[in-house]
Amino acid sequence: MNTHQVHFTVNGEPVQVSIEPWTTLLDYLRYHQKLTGTKKGCDHGQCGACTVLVDGNSVNSCLCLLVSLDGKEITTIEGLGTPDNLSSAQQIFIEEDAYQCGYCTPGQICSSIAMRKRGEIHSEADLKDWMSGNLCRCAAYKNITKAARRIYEES
Amino acid sequence: MKPFEYTRLSKDDLATGTIPIDSTFLAGGTNLVDLMKYGVEEPNSIADVGELPYNQIEESASGLMLGALVTNADTAYHPTVKNKYPLLNKAILSAASAQLRNRATNGGNLLQRTRCYYFYDTAMPCNKREPGSGCAAVNGFNRIHAILGTSASCIATHPSDMCVALAALEAKVHVLRKGDSLVIPFDQLHRLPGNQPEKDHNLLPGDLITHIELPEEGFSGNFEYLKIRDRESYAFALVSVAACLKLSEGRIEDIRVALGGVAHKPWKLKEVEQEYIGKAASPELFQSLAEKLTRGAQGFGTNDFKIPLVKRAIVRALTNALNPA
Repeated sequence: MNTHQVHFTVNGEPVQVSIEPWTTLLDYLRYHQKLTGTKKGCDHGQCGACTVLVDGNSVNSCLCLLVSLDGKEITTIEGLGTPDNLSSAQQIFIEEDAYQCGYCTPGQICSSIAMRKRGEIHSEADLKDWMSGNLCRCAAYKNITKAARRIYEES
Repeated sequence: MKPFEYTRLSKDDLATGTIPIDSTFLAGGTNLVDLMKYGVEEPNSIADVGELPYNQIEESASGLMLGALVTNADTAYHPTVKNKYPLLNKAILSAASAQLRNRATNGGNLLQRTRCYYFYDTAMPCNKREPGSGCAAVNGFNRIHAILGTSASCIATHPSDMCVALAALEAKVHVLRKGDSLVIPFDQLHRLPGNQPEKDHNLLPGDLITHIELPEEGFSGNFEYLKIRDRESYAFALVSVAACLKLSEGRIEDIRVALGGVAHKPWKLKEVEQEYIGKAASPELFQSLAEKLTRGAQGFGTNDFKIPLVKRAIVRALTNALNPA
C-alpha cells in the first residue's frame, strides 16, 4: 500500500496518520477528520473557501498535500472557538453581519486572523489585497472588509 | 489526481548525492498540485524537497541570498528586501493571493508553468503540454498571450511577477547539478519557445534550485513595478514592467527594464538599455526606449492591444521611477 506516516497537530491535538500521498489537506480535514467547517469551493486555489491556518499562516488547503505537512500545526475554523465560546474574530463577523450564505465565512475568518498575525497592513488597499483571495458569491464584501479591519485593529 | 510514488528528501540525500533525476520536485505545490488535478502534470514519482536546508534569507558579500524554499510572503516582507530591494517586494505582493504567497516558494515561483488556457485544457492541442499536437492559442482566444519572442509552436507567456523583478535586478540562480554548484544568470534560466515549447527553462532533469542571489545594487532610490491586469488584485499581468534607474544630475547612470506578460520569459534587452546610459532622463527618451524594447512585437488577434499598452506602460513605469511613491 502506497502510504506514508505524517505527524502534525489539528486544532492543538497531535495526530499521526498513514496516508496516501495524493491526499490533500482539504480532503483529509473533511473526509477523515469530519471537520466540515473548511469548505471545498473550486478545489484549485482560486476561491479561498478552503483557507485554513498552517503554523498560523493562511493557505489554500486544497493545494497542500498532507504528506508534505509533517510537523506542522493546522488550525481550522473549529479550532478557533465553539458555538458557546466564540473567538473574538468569529464574534466580530457576527456583529458586523459579515456574511450572507456563510459558505466562504470560515475561510474569510482564517484569512483575517492570518492578516493580523502578519501585521503588514498599511492601507485600505493592502487590506483589500490581502482578503482578495477569498471570494464571496453573495458579494458581502463591504461588511467582510469591515470585520477584517476590526479583527486587524482590535483583537 | 493520478497516484504517484512519494519520497521526502533529506540533508543526507544531498550529502550522498542521491537526488533523483526522474522525479518531479515538490516544494509548496501551489502550481504542481493544481496541474496534477487537471491532469496536465502526471508524474510517476514526486520528491518532496520541503525539508532541505534552503529556507533562509542571508546577507552575503555580494548582496542577499534568498533560499529557494523561503515562501514568497516571507521573502517580500523580509526587512532587507523591503528596504534594499523594494522592487522585488512590490512585484511579489502584486502577485497571486495572500494564501498562495504564504505557501509558494521562491524556487517554485521560478519554475511555475504558463497560464495559457489551452495548456490547462487537456481536450485541446498544445505543443507545450503535448509536443507536436499543435497550438490552439495562435488562432484561438489569445488575450493573455505573448507578443514578443513567439514561435509558430507556442505563444504562451511566463506568468510570474517575481521573475520580472529578478530579471531587472539581474539576479543569479544557484543550482545543484549532480552534486556540483552552478550559478546561472537570471536571463539564461528561462528560454523562448522555439520549436521546443515543452521546455520552459534551461535546467536539466535533477537540477535543484537552491538559492537566488540578489546583487548589491537594489535600485531602492528609483524603481517601479507597474502591473496592468483585468482587476486590481489576484490576477495575472496582461503586461507588467519592472523599471530601475540610477541617476546622476538627471542623467542615466544605469537603467533596467524587464517586461512581464509579453513573452515566454521575462523580456529584457541589455543592448537596448546600454544605448541609454549617459542620456538625460525624460518621457520622450523613455518612449524611444519603449519602441526599441518592443521592436518586432506581433499580435495574434485578441492580444493586439498589448503592443500599444506595453509601450505606454514602459514610459509610465520609468516616469514613475523618477519619483517613486
